[in-house]
Amino acid sequence: MRRDIVGSVVAIVVLTIGLGLVYPLVMTGVAQVAFNDQANGSQVERDGKVVGSQLIGQDFRKPVLDASGQPKMDEDGEPVLEADPAWFQSRPSQSGYSANVTFFANLGPNQKDLADQVKANLDSYLALERPFTPGLTADGVPVDAVTDSASGVDPHISAANARIQANRIAAVRKAPLDRVLALIRQQTDARALGVLGEPGVNVLGLNLAVDKEFPLR
Amino acid sequence: MTWQGWFQIVIYVAVLTALTPLLGGYMARVYMGHRVVLERALGPVERGFYRAVRTDPSHEQDWKQYGRTVLVFSALFWLVLYAILRLQGVLPFNPLRFGGAPWDVTFNTTSSFITNTNWQYYGGETTMSYLSQMAGLAVQNFVSAAVGMAVLAAVIRGFARRETNKLGNFWVDLTRSLLYILLPLSIIGTLVLVSQGVVQTLTGSVSLTTLHGFEQVLALGPVASQIAIKQLGTNGGGFFNVNSAFPFENATTFSNFVQLLFILLIPAAATYQYGRMIGRVRQGWALYIAMMVMLAIGIGNAYYQEAKATPALTAAGVHATAGSGSTGGNLSEKEQRFGIANSALWSTATTDASNGSVNAAQEAYSGFGGMTPLVNMMTGEVIFGGVGSGLYGMLLVVLLTVFLAGLMVGRTPEYLGKKIQAREVKLVAIGALYMPVVVLIAAALAIATPAGKKSIYDAGPQGFSETVYAYTSQTNNNGSAFAGYTGFVQPNAPGNQGATGVPFADLLGGLCMLLGRFIPLLAALAVAGSLAAKRPAPAGPGTFRTDSPIFLVLLVGVIVIVAALSFLPALALGPIVQGLSNQLF
Repeated sequence: MRRDIVGSVVAIVVLTIGLGLVYPLVMTGVAQVAFNDQANGSQVERDGKVVGSQLIGQDFRKPVLDASGQPKMDEDGEPVLEADPAWFQSRPSQSGYSANVTFFANLGPNQKDLADQVKANLDSYLALERPFTPGLTADGVPVDAVTDSASGVDPHISAANARIQANRIAAVRKAPLDRVLALIRQQTDARALGVLGEPGVNVLGLNLAVDKEFPLR
Repeated sequence: MTWQGWFQIVIYVAVLTALTPLLGGYMARVYMGHRVVLERALGPVERGFYRAVRTDPSHEQDWKQYGRTVLVFSALFWLVLYAILRLQGVLPFNPLRFGGAPWDVTFNTTSSFITNTNWQYYGGETTMSYLSQMAGLAVQNFVSAAVGMAVLAAVIRGFARRETNKLGNFWVDLTRSLLYILLPLSIIGTLVLVSQGVVQTLTGSVSLTTLHGFEQVLALGPVASQIAIKQLGTNGGGFFNVNSAFPFENATTFSNFVQLLFILLIPAAATYQYGRMIGRVRQGWALYIAMMVMLAIGIGNAYYQEAKATPALTAAGVHATAGSGSTGGNLSEKEQRFGIANSALWSTATTDASNGSVNAAQEAYSGFGGMTPLVNMMTGEVIFGGVGSGLYGMLLVVLLTVFLAGLMVGRTPEYLGKKIQAREVKLVAIGALYMPVVVLIAAALAIATPAGKKSIYDAGPQGFSETVYAYTSQTNNNGSAFAGYTGFVQPNAPGNQGATGVPFADLLGGLCMLLGRFIPLLAALAVAGSLAAKRPAPAGPGTFRTDSPIFLVLLVGVIVIVAALSFLPALALGPIVQGLSNQLF
């Protein structure tokens, strides 16, 4: 018993230092040198200022204004937001696109709250896109456009979702639709090795590219 | 479902199967004391460690001594981890200045990481300092995994040896697991993950203004080094609250594939290691096949179910057919880059291995789709299972099957030529059957008492499923969750100011994890101790072959029947109700 205790105490100290400090610190050093950009969050700059991470989704909505031109507030005192038609919209987020306080929505498959929320998402998506995509119905809306992602900051939308939104972007920014569709293809992350995962259109990358070529006046 | 989805699943199974004999053969060499390549560089470290812990590597222990060393080592490490987590506010590497979490949550977290469970009531990025993550939790990711692998090595020796009471030296098995298996693979894994965009830094978070003018804070940290061992050691505890769904923890479809492989790599290789160490490779492959069949059924079910809309999505009017650029299916709380197939594959692999990490919210799975992870755990984590613990758990079930087969044909049961007698069968019964008892009692207490109901988030049968899932996961040392179930209230995230635990859930869960770890561990060691002393008899014409298809059918049948007898009523009240009905709650 004594031998076990002495051995354990020594082992705990050695293992904590070796695996808990030396290993992660050496790995941090190597990562910072070999993959500096990735190790620090794949940050994206515009005009010398960091505007986000290539891997983290962002909010492209805008405050709803009331009759007097002031931002409308909900019952919690938070501003009410709606999609900004001039930008490609990310997937809905349960966490307000927070990248430092993450959580799941945790709504089960038979929860009424979930049905109500998805229904509201679907209605606003149709209201936003139908003027630019005539004849769009619920059947034509891809599921990623109306459901929360897991992380709350999903950087991607589906190609189907991006194609629908392209009609609106082309109209609002007075850009040729072909060019917008080309930018979508450019900003699509393909399946790794051609087979793994699902293709996704990077919304931040796409909005940066669109805004560069067709800036808002 | 799409052909691309099925194709990825097939590729995954093929790569895993190809790696099994390669790594398994290597692991057998490590535990049989043969020289391995890395010894040239790391041999002095290994021998230095033996001197430091004052052990003679050639001195072997019997099962009681081995088990005692495991218990003492784990108990003392429990105290140290508890202290680190509670005192993080005054310790270094704390750029966001987080104080310690409440005592009851910390009791749960400490028990969780010592037992290789990694159940998390806390959210990593809002609760834990970098020191707690690196020197507290990630150390346990290594050590609790290595303890499991060491005990498995000792148990296998008990099956392989004859007329001895010695099973090996715990310190030697622990050290060789860490130095020659876990550490090198973790280093490779870290570099691959960082190259994909998983972060690895000691600086605090980055605040920025987004393209559209919102404030956003990017939480960073020494993530990749922890995620590599989180997957390899079937730990599963995320650096971030949403685990491997968060892009900084699982950045690309390639990092997703690598993490998926790491989840099952060592548990799968252990079957081949076993075959090698007992000198009968076929026996190892037989167990691999039994496990793979059950894995395949789980994946098939999860993918089929999740490729459909749930009742809530249907009620909302969503059209969930796949095709023309949409993943379709139940993409609620799943990531676009992983889609349906990789989310279903992940939730199956992570609950077959007692890993518990997630890349999508388990709680949002459909009623029947969510049964794959839940039922996987209810089999007692023997479908590959945790590193070490999965296979020694499976060996107990093998003995149970041999015993039942013996009863049916009226012969004395034997396995690998060794007679299975009353003592072994009693130990097997304890080691294999304690689990349903603990799970059902804990879940019943939690569902029937006001203190237990505080933790429930969703209304209706989903709340019941949350509860059953929570105690099944913790008792089986898995750690995945229907994460609405809570034991931690944190009003001022990020940070622990004003945070409180839910003592009932924290303490009951912690107790389940400790029982779930140490009862089967000691039972397996005791069985191994008694088998080691036996003299094997040569196989005769009446010997029941344990590498034959009929044995595999029996083995899978025993696993399914025991789980069904124990849990069918509970399943009927939760996921089955939801799967069969379109009713909303």
